[in-house]
Amino acid sequence: MPKTAITPTRMVLNQQKTRLKMATRGHKLLKDKRDELMRQFFEVVRKNRELRTRVEEGLTEAFSALSVASAIMSPEMLEQAILYPRQSVELQMSFKNVMSVNVPVYDFKTKTADTGDIYPYGFAQTSGELDDALGTLSRVFEDMLELAQVEKTMQLMAQEIEKTRRRVNALEYVMIPECQENIKYISMKLEENDRSSKVRLMKVKDMVLEKAHNFKY
Amino acid sequence: MLKIAVIGSRETVMGFKALGLDAVPAANAEEALAAFKRLTRDSDNYAIIYVEETYAKALSAEIDKFKDSPTPAIILIPGREGSLGLGQSALQAAVERAVGSDIL
Repeated sequence: MPKTAITPTRMVLNQQKTRLKMATRGHKLLKDKRDELMRQFFEVVRKNRELRTRVEEGLTEAFSALSVASAIMSPEMLEQAILYPRQSVELQMSFKNVMSVNVPVYDFKTKTADTGDIYPYGFAQTSGELDDALGTLSRVFEDMLELAQVEKTMQLMAQEIEKTRRRVNALEYVMIPECQENIKYISMKLEENDRSSKVRLMKVKDMVLEKAHNFKY
Repeated sequence: MLKIAVIGSRETVMGFKALGLDAVPAANAEEALAAFKRLTRDSDNYAIIYVEETYAKALSAEIDKFKDSPTPAIILIPGREGSLGLGQSALQAAVERAVGSDIL
């Protein structure tokens, strides 16, 4: 018996059949989508892991250089040196469609193109360690930007995969079996109706014959 | 034009300020939370927010809100004390979400 009440008619049977066909097709398509998303997702994950290690290493290096610089220079001097940054970063963001997931693509422009021009202070009163620290930091920053892009992509893809996976499972384990059960139920019911009407006709025929010709088996 | 912000302790964000990012110093977790809320309120302005790992725990509820929206991207970075491994665990969480189990 199907879970929901359905009327066993030919029309509903046809409806259920088209639904089953649609569900099977959708299931196949979604499964393909999930598989492809999964493949790309793992590429992103691999890249993310690589970038993260690189960024973490780079940042540790930059911070330790910065620590040395702050040990050599007085806090006021350090503060003063980087108080007014010369560099400014402008970010352009566009979206790329990867398997119906909109992932961000960052494109950044710095105000001064020259990477040697990042130091917002004169070299006379600051220590060389500060230059090293900022140099390392600006190099790491490019990786950090890529990391942001990759990590966001990864999160968005994970969400999409989860959604697709749920849909695939819902179709496979709920929708399709339900349809099949309904179809079976209706066709059995229809056959049963056929048989009963045939029996009834035979009975009526017998009765008519008996009345007209007193015929009896 | 979009901007990038860094939330962290004073020493951490100092260097990023020189690079031209918006540095948001926070002395403790409450300050970081307040700063984070302020930055995300007008999320059209900030495309990326880097958050120091030390404050990540206090902000995790807020950070999770932005997991599914395309902007802003919230990225954890290690602080001065080195990596706490929270960034890696974010990666693992994403994999677990996608696959259904932790396979890494």
